[in-house]
Amino acid sequence: MPPKGRIEVNELLCKGCELCVGACPQKVIALDMDRITPKGYHPASLISDGCTGCGICAVVCPEAAITVFRETIKVRANQ
Amino acid sequence: MTTTLDPELEQLVYERPDSLVDCATHYCPGCTHGVAHRLIAEVIDEMGIREKTIGVASVGCSVFAYNYFNFDFVQAPHGRAPAMATGVKRVLPDRFVITYQGDGDMASIGMAEVVHAAARGENICVFFINNANYGMTGGQMAPTTLPGQKTSSSPSGRDIETQGYPIRAAELLATLDGASYVVRRSLHDPKNIRLAKKAIRTAFEVQARGLGFSMVEMLSICPTNWGMTPLQSLQWLEEKMVPYYALNDFKVHPAVAEIRI
Repeated sequence: MPPKGRIEVNELLCKGCELCVGACPQKVIALDMDRITPKGYHPASLISDGCTGCGICAVVCPEAAITVFRETIKVRANQ
Repeated sequence: MTTTLDPELEQLVYERPDSLVDCATHYCPGCTHGVAHRLIAEVIDEMGIREKTIGVASVGCSVFAYNYFNFDFVQAPHGRAPAMATGVKRVLPDRFVITYQGDGDMASIGMAEVVHAAARGENICVFFINNANYGMTGGQMAPTTLPGQKTSSSPSGRDIETQGYPIRAAELLATLDGASYVVRRSLHDPKNIRLAKKAIRTAFEVQARGLGFSMVEMLSICPTNWGMTPLQSLQWLEEKMVPYYALNDFKVHPAVAEIRI
């Protein structure tokens, strides 16, 4: 089973360019059309489970707005 | 909005580098200037040289780079960043001196400065962002605009009969003996972004060892002026720009080739 991960998007920085949406290998990122940032964009967010914490969204993010977390090896060993 | 990290349960994979100021940029959504900024900031963090780095900003979209990088920065007149960096490096030889320039800045008005800085073998790093137009002023034709590419000042496409051919800056600078590391990278997909980061790291290592002039050209997108979405722009870059501007190492001095990162 792949590791579980999650991302946090800084909504003050995100401009909704969708580069992370196109790059996500698991296709679990999309723009959140129910939210709007102070700059007036729809921010990127996780839409479903399946994030592995690979960090590719953070590699392509031009605003460095994404922080990526992944579960530790200890947690995985206990599963 | 940031939740606390429990080290028992989660590990941090990626966070914003310290060398970037925690503020929003003025760049258009999707502009890969931001990626280039982030890569330079990550390399400076990894090498721990934030207190010893001096950047020289150019004129163009990157004119406000000094607002976004969290280290010392000076602003040069249009195209003159390599000349100013020469002065800074000669006065303070123990600092890392970088310039951050676009194609409208470096490849047109600043061509003389960068060619002579390379010919003198100045111990500076030049980071050159090539997006095939003048982004800040409204997408006019630049020296790097592709043949047939429509811009706001070449509405029927660049005509090579009257407007000439695009300049391949990396190949041009690679012919100079003073340049020790001249490469071209692209910022259109995760693999190429990682290769670009490695090239930036190598350029800093070249300067740390006093091996002379280094230049990393990065192909970049300009969604607003190309009139496309960011994702379409990435595809356009890959299909149109990469065949013309080959991604390659054009000059790697034997002493640079020995550097292991």
